[in-house]
Amino acid sequence: MSGALLSVENAVVDLPTPRGNLRAVDHVDLEVGAGKTLGIVGESGCGKTMLSRAILQLLPKKAKLSGRVMFDGQDLTRLSAEKLRKLRGRSLAVVFQDPMTSLNPVLTIGTQLIETIVEHLELDLAQARQRSVELLAAVGIPAPEQRLTQYPHQLSGGMRQRVAIAVALSCEPQLLIADEPTTALDVTIQAQILDLLAREQQRRHMAMIIITHDLGVVAGRTDEVAVMYAGRVVERAPTPALFKQMRMPYTEALLAALPKLDVPPHTPLPAISGRPPDPTRPLKGCSFSPRCRYSAGRCSTEKPRLSPAETLEHLYACFHPIAAGGGA
Amino acid sequence: MATLELSLEEEAGATPVRRRRLGTLFWIAIGWMVLVFAVAIFADLLPLPSPTDMDMLERRAPISVEHWLGTDGLGRDELSRLIFGARISLIVGLCAPMIGVTIGGALGMLAGYFRGRFEAFVVGGMDVLLAFPPLILALAVTAYLGQSIFNLTCILGVLGIPAFMRVARAATLSLARREFVIAAQALGATHTRILLRELLPNVMLPLLAFFLLGVAVTIVVEGSLSFLGLGVPPPISSWGSMIGEGRESLDVAPRLAFIPAIGMFLTVLSFNLIGDTMRALTDPRQGAL
Amino acid sequence: MMLQAAPNPLMKVENLVVEYSVGGKTIHAVSDVSLEIARGETLGLVGESGCGKSTLGRAVLQLRQAVSGKVLFDGHDLTTLKGEPLRKMRRRVQLIFQDPIASLNPRRRIGDIVAEPLVIAGVKDPEERKRRVSEVLSAVGLDPALVSGRLPHEFSGGQCQRICIARSLVLNPEFVICDEPVSALDVSIRAQILNLLEEMKARYGLTLLFIAHDLAVVKAVSDRVAVMYLGRLCEVGPSEQLFARPAHPYTALLIEAIPVPDPDVRPTQSVPVGEPPSPIAPPSGCRFRTRCPRADARCSSEVPELRLVASGQFAACHHPLV
Repeated sequence: MSGALLSVENAVVDLPTPRGNLRAVDHVDLEVGAGKTLGIVGESGCGKTMLSRAILQLLPKKAKLSGRVMFDGQDLTRLSAEKLRKLRGRSLAVVFQDPMTSLNPVLTIGTQLIETIVEHLELDLAQARQRSVELLAAVGIPAPEQRLTQYPHQLSGGMRQRVAIAVALSCEPQLLIADEPTTALDVTIQAQILDLLAREQQRRHMAMIIITHDLGVVAGRTDEVAVMYAGRVVERAPTPALFKQMRMPYTEALLAALPKLDVPPHTPLPAISGRPPDPTRPLKGCSFSPRCRYSAGRCSTEKPRLSPAETLEHLYACFHPIAAGGGA
Repeated sequence: MATLELSLEEEAGATPVRRRRLGTLFWIAIGWMVLVFAVAIFADLLPLPSPTDMDMLERRAPISVEHWLGTDGLGRDELSRLIFGARISLIVGLCAPMIGVTIGGALGMLAGYFRGRFEAFVVGGMDVLLAFPPLILALAVTAYLGQSIFNLTCILGVLGIPAFMRVARAATLSLARREFVIAAQALGATHTRILLRELLPNVMLPLLAFFLLGVAVTIVVEGSLSFLGLGVPPPISSWGSMIGEGRESLDVAPRLAFIPAIGMFLTVLSFNLIGDTMRALTDPRQGAL
Repeated sequence: MMLQAAPNPLMKVENLVVEYSVGGKTIHAVSDVSLEIARGETLGLVGESGCGKSTLGRAVLQLRQAVSGKVLFDGHDLTTLKGEPLRKMRRRVQLIFQDPIASLNPRRRIGDIVAEPLVIAGVKDPEERKRRVSEVLSAVGLDPALVSGRLPHEFSGGQCQRICIARSLVLNPEFVICDEPVSALDVSIRAQILNLLEEMKARYGLTLLFIAHDLAVVKAVSDRVAVMYLGRLCEVGPSEQLFARPAHPYTALLIEAIPVPDPDVRPTQSVPVGEPPSPIAPPSGCRFRTRCPRADARCSSEVPELRLVASGQFAACHHPLV
């Protein structure tokens, strides 16, 4: 894709652990165009969070990153710490799973918002304050004036996440990374927060990456979806194409394993047997092969490459993809 | 039915890693401890001159074949006094924290588990004990009951109770809210059983690590008290009293103060090192992902 | 109240009220809840966090003191039992927690953890204990020889939950309370555990109270579902019927909010319904009225009672949807 706002090229993240090297992200390529939304889906430990940290250049100190992270024409892996810091506040923003940890508990919400705005947008205090009120109102916080003087612990989880989003949006970022933004929230609040993110994304024409474990979250709200398993992207496609025809057995199994409302109670769920491989002991073949019901032949000896299906946008890494309209 | 495969080789790597992490310093510390304990325990069997036999003709004799570390201001063999002094320092250093860990640990666990009025009472009591000046307490007790190793150990032991109580209470508080304790309650386990089987094994390691640090602190405090003349009664030697006696001849024979000081320094350092390493290993989940 | 599920229910909760104080303020966790669970039935209990569903589960087991009300298990009122009789009764009721790793003592071996209920129940013979432990461990899909000597941290979350399930089954209980048993687990593991629970229910003839915040998960395993909001029950009914035709506006809101994994189903722009009020000062009348699109004056003055709205379906609403 040409003219992508963010492109991750051949990213590899290695983490040294007492049990050996852990390859958290394994040769990942991704692009997000301006104004587009990418969903990254995967279970815990699949490397999705490490990938987002790699994009933000916020990896743990001992982690090693190779590959390129091109953002708006510059390679983030080569930028100085100072330039990165400026970029992170202004053009790249992030919303984390737990707003309680991303907001400073001893500062009022107003201080946190106003400080960010003053620092990055060079507005004076009164203007910054005015802007903070507007932002809080925009993210659906009632009585925004009064909220400015409150501390994070005085708000509910959903309200805190709204404040975290307001902080992230405060400098009109070009790219917003939302890392499991609704996992800690109740289902009714989750819907509101996802709506809010979608609305602000469209209004501001920003690019957005939603990282989640829930296929339901990405289905209606993203343009493209990348499914990760054991550090690799195993399937990537425009959202409608992916849900219409999943090619990678893991994606299909993940969807099938979700309990559904239109199925009568006590229907056994098609579970995926076993568990993900130990990331410190990479498998020789396809990482999903021990749990895959289509696994055969070279699946256990050779790693499948991420390659296109009929359309160039739909990529998958599988030797025995699910054929159109049925099993392999 | 979902199957499950448990890879055995997965855990194979865990054990050697943990051992390697202990480091050389840890083993040097262990080596020093073994040496100190060995000479202290077998002091009577070693071919040493008596630590209390005075030889007024050989006062402050330099290092010689007869006296490996020379003699002190009263002509007593320095090495022998050092080794017999190690006995006293170790006995007091181990027994006093033992009192602290037993009483303080028990109170802390009970307070953390039962909460409520009992906890308020225990914490309040400990605050009173902490607020009492320790030197005055030591002075008062020795003045009333006399100077003896037993009294000294008791004083230091009682002074250690609040710290052990706090460690035990903090550990218990965080554990008692964990689901496995609630699970035991739901199973109908008695309080005694929950305290002994579920909580104690988990509180034990932080307490043990703290115990080792307590030993180190106690050896130093015993030294300070002996230095001030509140410790063991003469002519018995302890490291602290030896430093105190050596002070008088600092200008003539500085080694008389420095040799016991170095002995104490190395021992305390070893206890601290071992204690720290133990504390680092306290979390059973370390190394697991 | 007409909540008869069966003529002789195994568990019957009557007008249960649980309140506790945090920092001097009273939290109305469970307010006047009545429920019945028939033998062999799975009752799902759903609600958002803080609605009191976990407190209700624990109050049933007498792990939380009830202010008033009764918990009748097989005809015995657990709230009046103390000491040994209560401990005896508890052995027939078991609990499975949300965090499988935290519910296993990190310093005890799996074999001991699973055998603990037997020790407490007074099974003296070690051989007998070993046999029972092996039996339940195999039943939950673990190899007893391989796992017995290990510590909990050597296992993944899903495996720990299997161990927890094994521990809860070793005494052959009649009633198991599952408190969010799968919400800490990944999607692919979640299905395994749900299937396992269903299997165990059939094999050991269990009655389940299944507490969760995820409606789809609850529906997958429950015969009947109870919806809870801020300490009160909103709706109780057979699960298929309740999901097809919710009578309480809150149930409808919950169903609507579930993200559907289908891009053709464009998420309906959710009604701005705000957030649940604090359980310290719940609204007067119907507790859901502050977020309810159908609320009127009557809702703020009068507490709605659970009423029959369709066969077997009860709703506590002045303006039910059916």
